[in-house]
Amino acid sequence: MNNQGRPTRPVETAAWQTKTFTGNRGLDIEEPLLFEIGRPQTSGVDIDEAPDFADRLGAHARRGRIGLPGLSEPETLRHYVRLSRKNYAIDSGLYPLGSCTMKHNPRLNEKMARLPGFADVHPLQPVSTVQGALALVKHLSHALMTMTGMKAVAMTPKAGAHGELCGMMAIKAALMASGEGARKVVLAPESAHGTNPATAALIGMTVRPVAAGAGGMVSAQAVRAALGPDVAAIMLTNPNTCGLFEREIVEIAEAVHEAGAYFYCDGANFNAIVGKAKPGDLGVDAMHINLHKTFSTPHGGGGPGAGPVVLSERLAAFAPVPYVVEREGKLDLVEHAEGQELGRMSAFHGQMGMFVRALSFILSHGADGLRQASEDAVLAANYVRACLIDLMSAPFGDRPCMHEALFDDSWLKDTGVTTLDFAKAMIDEGYHPMTMYFPLVVHGAMLIEPTESESKASLDLFIMTLRDLAMSVQRGEVERFTGAPRLAPRRRLDETRAARAPVLRWTGAADRT
Amino acid sequence: MRYLPLSTDDRRAMLAKVGVADIDALFADIPETKRLGDLMDMPRAMSELSVERALAKLAAQNVAAGSAPFFLGAGAYRHHVPATVDHLIQRSEFLTSYTPYQPEIAQGTLQVLFEFQTQVALLTGMEVANASMYDGSTASGEAMLMAHRLTRRRKAVLSGGLHPHYAEVCSTLARFAGDEIDRCALDPGAEENLIARIDDETSCVIVQSPDVFGNLRDLTPIAEAAHAKGALLIAVFTEAVSLGACRSPGEMGADIVVGEGQSLGNPLTFGGPYVGLFATRAKFVRQMPGRLAGETVDADGKRGFVLTLSTREQHIRREKATSNICTNSGLCALAFTIHLSLLGEAGLMKLARVNHANGVDLAGRLAKIPGVEVLNQHFFNEFTIRLPKPAAALVEALAQRGIIAGCPVSRLSPGHDDLLIVASTEINTDDDRAAFADALRAAL
Repeated sequence: MNNQGRPTRPVETAAWQTKTFTGNRGLDIEEPLLFEIGRPQTSGVDIDEAPDFADRLGAHARRGRIGLPGLSEPETLRHYVRLSRKNYAIDSGLYPLGSCTMKHNPRLNEKMARLPGFADVHPLQPVSTVQGALALVKHLSHALMTMTGMKAVAMTPKAGAHGELCGMMAIKAALMASGEGARKVVLAPESAHGTNPATAALIGMTVRPVAAGAGGMVSAQAVRAALGPDVAAIMLTNPNTCGLFEREIVEIAEAVHEAGAYFYCDGANFNAIVGKAKPGDLGVDAMHINLHKTFSTPHGGGGPGAGPVVLSERLAAFAPVPYVVEREGKLDLVEHAEGQELGRMSAFHGQMGMFVRALSFILSHGADGLRQASEDAVLAANYVRACLIDLMSAPFGDRPCMHEALFDDSWLKDTGVTTLDFAKAMIDEGYHPMTMYFPLVVHGAMLIEPTESESKASLDLFIMTLRDLAMSVQRGEVERFTGAPRLAPRRRLDETRAARAPVLRWTGAADRT
Repeated sequence: MRYLPLSTDDRRAMLAKVGVADIDALFADIPETKRLGDLMDMPRAMSELSVERALAKLAAQNVAAGSAPFFLGAGAYRHHVPATVDHLIQRSEFLTSYTPYQPEIAQGTLQVLFEFQTQVALLTGMEVANASMYDGSTASGEAMLMAHRLTRRRKAVLSGGLHPHYAEVCSTLARFAGDEIDRCALDPGAEENLIARIDDETSCVIVQSPDVFGNLRDLTPIAEAAHAKGALLIAVFTEAVSLGACRSPGEMGADIVVGEGQSLGNPLTFGGPYVGLFATRAKFVRQMPGRLAGETVDADGKRGFVLTLSTREQHIRREKATSNICTNSGLCALAFTIHLSLLGEAGLMKLARVNHANGVDLAGRLAKIPGVEVLNQHFFNEFTIRLPKPAAALVEALAQRGIIAGCPVSRLSPGHDDLLIVASTEINTDDDRAAFADALRAAL
């Protein structure tokens, strides 16, 4: 019993603006920059003194100061722990970013990647000392080929866009090898990820847009109309960025092949169809797989990713060096081109740390778990869609989607609330917003990808939250949106100011206005 | 399946709400003949314990660098990483967050990137740095393309001291873009005349220091010659710790500096993921590839950070973007930044000095072995030796005796069979170096 008069209930007060001496708000602690708290002579690492010796740096020795601050170990921990608390994360809540596949990151995968036999192995050790590492690459390659029904895989690309580049280089190499190097046009729908046209440009190709039909899909007829003897390839995302499976994909692939071109598939949305269909069966010639999406290697605040590219038989010979082969019962590396290899995408053998995590994820799920994961991801997206369709508007009508549900902003018309406002209000409710304004072909797009990692209770609370927000819009409570977020570590940031007079590094208090 | 929260009842209820009879109705857009009826030809789900057993078995088939006297570098270096680093990068809020596109709830990542950019700029002696690239090799390729855009020329001159993998990445990009590469022959003695190769068509000269053979190179005359012809100097490094002891590329007149940041904060991991560092002069920033964090204020006037100048990037600019890069190396950049914050200037310089001391000590020991010649005059923690026998076979023989001896040049580029690149960082003890020298003497 509370018999000392200590209040056990909060005192009812009117809303008040919290003003504190420190600027902190309870657990939300303001943290200065490293450069404002560190000192040049402080170090959090104890290093034994080097013995006296005659140096061999000659005139190359550094003379002046670098200007780097240091922190003791406790200060370092506190600084970065405090910063971490200003981030939203999958581990703290539903992260419905469409096209990004923010699913659960199992900690087993982290543990496996840190086994000394994987983490503490140098890429140039004698191959006799890395047989297990090569076996892991081979196992993962085999799994990726099995899941996609493709004949080969290039493992070295470092992320999705790098995989795109690798796949498109393989296509160009194949065209050059067959005397068709003059083909320099890439077909891509307007709904494509920005990386697609950027990749085409990198290899000297130009993009010819293909219009999507009213249903959000590309028709074989539209592709046929755009094809010609100058076309090298089509780059098509499937399932597409509107969250739909391209219904005419087989006819499209046939038309592309008949015209002497190749089919590059952007595999960003592979999570929807693992175990349900194989890209190889659909006529795909090359497809990158974002291991950090479908196979849950963590996004890490923007990387590292990994983007292996599966290749059809026609492109297999053009895969870059290095790659793993089996010779006389031992695994070996081909590190210098022996035939038609397109060249080298990066130093060393690819994102090994991500390979371990991805294989751990694949083994954990197995064939049954992978299919179930895809089904649950698609079911979750459709459930969200079905529960919101009466309040929000979908551009392609009330029809099933794949693993992400797309809404537009026609339901917000004349309300004074924009897609951005709606998204920012979600932050106050404790949610990371969905992908906004992408794909570009849908006005004020809101792309929701809940993934297979959410419980029904979690999905229901998310749905109820969005419904509450949507009804709030209908009631004309515009301020709830236009001023949002109010409860995050920061309110809306001035991006125009950041871009007009860029401050891209700390320059010292003296230089600041 | 332990990762999937939905129960059979949940699924049934959700299907009912969606208004379909079964899950396959949601996959009806996949052409019927292409739908998989059976499970894929793969093993079924495994318990955590079983997965751990399977992967530990593979890991055990590798010789971990920490289990042997280890002298391999050539683009990736084994350094001691404080325990704090790996603990912090596994914070959920860093590990499981996305690219900071919603800055109000991503200030942690954004402030880290701003700190990273500042550290990289200071270390390289440049004005600005981006928020990281995939690795040093791809950063080199991107730097070359940036130089082409800035100079509107399309020929790159590549030093014979540039890591052969980096040179191949550049050559591959050039081949597919239709650009020209003038690549010098491998140059173990740092004797090439790069300046003579710079002409009015040259967009950039790409030079590495310490180079792949360990030589420290003076970039100043190359920078001056390049600038006189309207070309740019791209300076490359693969050992970031060297910048704690050696003059920065910025000081020597580099226009773009790229490097591998793995040495700070990141394990070897068989070649990746690593972190590419990319720095340049402020006037070139709008042609720089990759993400950039910038400072601004929020609606209440509080300092905050956002991704900025994104009109350079593919998601806005599409085919006119400065690069197709999207994902970068965020978590590896975080590890770099935490390690460098722990070290500070004093710690980095001390670490660099210990590395240099160990390199000098090892070079001294190996030079005393009959038939072994150290090629380098000036070097940091890595150097090249000429052997009386093919290096690859010797390395294999020493590996059988539990010593990872270095990188045969022939592994990186066919030829020069008698050359071995050797590194000695702070992880090597006197005993390690003595064991290596003894074993090499015995093997010869």
